[in-house]
Amino acid sequence: MYKIVKKKELTPDIIQYLVEAPLIAKKAKAGQFVVIRVNENGERVPLTISSYQHDKGIISLVAMRVGKSTALLSELEEGDSILDVVGPLGNPSEIENFGRVICVGGGVGVAVVLPIAVELKKAGNYVISIMGAKTEKVLILEKEMKEASDELYICTDDGSRGYHGFVSGFLEEYLSRHLANRENKKHGIDRVVAIGPALMMAAVARVTEQYRIKTIVSLNSIMVDGTGMCGACRVEVGGKTKFVCVDGPEFDAHEVNFDLLVSRQKIYCDQESACYDLYKKDCKCKK
Amino acid sequence: MSGKTDKGAKKEKKDRTPMPEQEPAERINNFKEVALGYTEEDALREASRCLQCKNPKCIKGCPVEINIKEFIRLISGKKFGEALAVIRERNSLPAICGRVCPQEDQCEKECILGLKDRPVAIGRLERYVADRELKRLADIGKECVYLDGNYKCSGEKVAIIGSGPAGLTCASELAKMGYQVTLFEALHKPGGVLVYGIPEFRLPKDIVRKEIEYLKSMDVDLRVNMVMGKILTIRELFDQGYKAVFIATGAGLPHFMNIPGENLNGVYSANEYLTRSNLMKAYEFPKSDTPIVKGKRVAVIGGGNVAMDSARTARRLGAEHVYLIYRRSEKEMPARNEEIEHARQEGIEFMLLTNPARISGKDGWVNSIRLQKMELREPDSSGRRRPVPVEGSGFDLDVDVVIVAVGQGPNPLLTATIKELGLDGRGLIKADPETGKTTVRGVFAGGDIVTGAATVILAMGAGRKAARAIDEFIKTGKW
Ligand SMILES: Cc1cc2nc3c(=O)[nH]c(=O)nc-3n(C[C@H](O)[C@H](O)[C@H](O)COP(=O)(O)OP(=O)(O)OC[C@H]3O[C@@H](n4cnc5c(N)ncnc54)[C@H](O)[C@@H]3O)c2cc1C
Ligand SMILES: Cc1cc2nc3c(=O)[nH]c(=O)nc-3n(C[C@H](O)[C@H](O)[C@H](O)COP(=O)(O)OP(=O)(O)OC[C@H]3O[C@@H](n4cnc5c(N)ncnc54)[C@H](O)[C@@H]3O)c2cc1C
Ligand code: SF4
Ligand code: SF4
Ligand code: FES
Repeated sequence: MYKIVKKKELTPDIIQYLVEAPLIAKKAKAGQFVVIRVNENGERVPLTISSYQHDKGIISLVAMRVGKSTALLSELEEGDSILDVVGPLGNPSEIENFGRVICVGGGVGVAVVLPIAVELKKAGNYVISIMGAKTEKVLILEKEMKEASDELYICTDDGSRGYHGFVSGFLEEYLSRHLANRENKKHGIDRVVAIGPALMMAAVARVTEQYRIKTIVSLNSIMVDGTGMCGACRVEVGGKTKFVCVDGPEFDAHEVNFDLLVSRQKIYCDQESACYDLYKKDCKCKK
Repeated sequence: MSGKTDKGAKKEKKDRTPMPEQEPAERINNFKEVALGYTEEDALREASRCLQCKNPKCIKGCPVEINIKEFIRLISGKKFGEALAVIRERNSLPAICGRVCPQEDQCEKECILGLKDRPVAIGRLERYVADRELKRLADIGKECVYLDGNYKCSGEKVAIIGSGPAGLTCASELAKMGYQVTLFEALHKPGGVLVYGIPEFRLPKDIVRKEIEYLKSMDVDLRVNMVMGKILTIRELFDQGYKAVFIATGAGLPHFMNIPGENLNGVYSANEYLTRSNLMKAYEFPKSDTPIVKGKRVAVIGGGNVAMDSARTARRLGAEHVYLIYRRSEKEMPARNEEIEHARQEGIEFMLLTNPARISGKDGWVNSIRLQKMELREPDSSGRRRPVPVEGSGFDLDVDVVIVAVGQGPNPLLTATIKELGLDGRGLIKADPETGKTTVRGVFAGGDIVTGAATVILAMGAGRKAARAIDEFIKTGKW
């Protein structure tokens, strides 16, 4: 059992949980994830380790309520426990001093890109962050992102704050402005890390491909075990089948077959929504 | 059986006692066990067939050399408890082996009766005595043979990685010797293939659970959710004071065929399909939260137990047609005879000498599979006749789910974290078959991670041998 020591609503739908998991906290690195199971009948759900406190034995998870499992999780209160938490899974992010790096986060993806931005900054990079959300009210972890970045830009789909539009749109403008202005190659962009919904990552990949900037994305395929045992999480990268849980979760964005990712994410849509509706009928949660 | 009474008492006495089973029409609608188990009368009758041979060949056929002749003699004398004790000397999981051993290739293959008639149903008898004990315990309100009082292990610490049959057996043997055993398991439930792979209708999970309760009563420290290599490395285990490590991580990495269309929605590895259904109880969805695609027309590729289990699971999930596609003929099928027979009774449609060439789909979902007829040529390195495609024999089959059950390999997650560990070309750990010793001092390995996908009883045998070797290593310090 893994106790929730603190729970915080970042938005009505995105909730941060500080969870006691001493062994995982000790080993966790940026980019890795855990698989949780809320209760005995529960699904195994992958969630990124958004931050970790090695000494306190605590990891932070940020989960968006999208279906039954994340709703069940959101019903747990401080002091309650999650039945199973297993990790750290997946490969850690590649952290080096690359030079100038852009970190792009969309929606709950901001929570996933945050630990990577933190580590990149520690490694000496100049970190430019772009974070986006549907509207100002649902922007998350702004303060934390600001601390981790040398420059921070905010985008909202409805224009209620910052750039009016998608993060990929802002990125495109930023790159064209920035790269056109510069006389010498010194201030190029050495790497982009983009994490968010699959369609956002695909859009970012299309932008950076034009500029030939190495771009890393973290793929959120459907998973079961998270240890390479089932193949549920398979994606196509560079024309080859890869397992996100053991070969990833991060891959070279320009090699990823995003259409396949998007399509495979929809396998259980109908079943999941039926399950969620059934649950909502007699559930205490607000929705 | 009763229909044959007119054939005379002598003949009847010779016939192998059939296993009471759920009717096919009924069982395809549930996940309850198919084989119901012998009654006492059945068991006595079957035991009476045994000739009590001077030179009992059956024993040689059993990989762990259970004294079969003796336990059958004890059954005949209604000494069921003693019969179980004889089995337990060699096999700590009889309720499981009695159900899933490929007896026809092992003990029963050697039984002398098999020459003229059908061999003694050794597996069914083994299951009977084990089940009888479980029932006796249940009647007095116990789950398993809890060791009474406070069983405490105070010996040296030993770590076991993986809780399949190899790990479970090694753990119980070492605990009996007084070692402090920690059993690390990656999944949230212990049991390995016994819980995530083999379906409920063939091996009720309650039986596995009881075996695990027994281990716990022996003071074995069971730690689930521990993906070793990630959360702890083998080096760290030694640093924490463990004197030896037994690796029993199985062969859980699913193979695909590398044909076009394999990543379409609706295409599963057998591992995923069975894990969803067994471990995650997807057959109870939405009561359980894990979904599974319930096809109407399902193709299963392969001819082993894994393929049979997948096909029979698909049937129970409501498929109208389940095609079992295997590239050789039935004779070469590696599945247990009983499984093949049960699959046929349940209406699984066998398409033998057939192989998939590609999978096609619409809007991301599989809708048909292109198949090819095969013919068998001269034997290949495995000794089985090699299938080759018959030219121009391609045809399409409409399906909405495809399950790939063409074998599994070793998972490199753990082995990749210890560079000194010797592996073979396939990634299996090199270990001495008698002791389980690997190329790293203090590290032993056994079960599917050493042999490649094999059987429950072989994995258990490896666990037993390793336990003895670990004991010797810790006592003598000799490697
Ligand atoms: C490596 C990895 C890291 C992730 N990190 C985070 C995170 O930090 N925060 C966060 O909010 N989400 C994260 N996700 C996504 C998260 O796992 C899913 O949102 C969650 O499983 C949905 O479960 P549900 O039952 O609430 O919704 P469901 O009703 O199951 O599904 C709603 C939709 O979510 C998607 N989904 C369902 N199951 C999964 C699954 N097992 N994996 C991925 N997507 C799924 C499907 O598109 C589905 O239509 C991550 C996914 C992966 C693979
Ligand atoms: C569907 C199916 C049906 C079968 N039917 C039969 C049958 O009828 N009869 C028969 O005799 N055999 C059968 N087999 C084969 C038999 O189940 C295996 O040979 C046997 O289970 C191997 O035992 P094992 O202990 O080596 O490994 P497994 O049973 O595979 O157990 C390995 C365990 O190690 C865990 N693990 C893996 N990596 C790690 C890690 N890094 N850290 C911690 N834990 C880890 C796994 O999660 C798993 O629980 C079948 C196999 C399958 C898949
Ligand atoms: S363990 Fe298996 S092989 Fe040995 S006697 Fe029992 S059923 Fe036969
Ligand atoms: S070989 Fe067959 S008949 Fe002979 S002792 Fe063994 S089980 Fe009995
Ligand atoms: S989640 Fe099962 S292999 Fe990746």
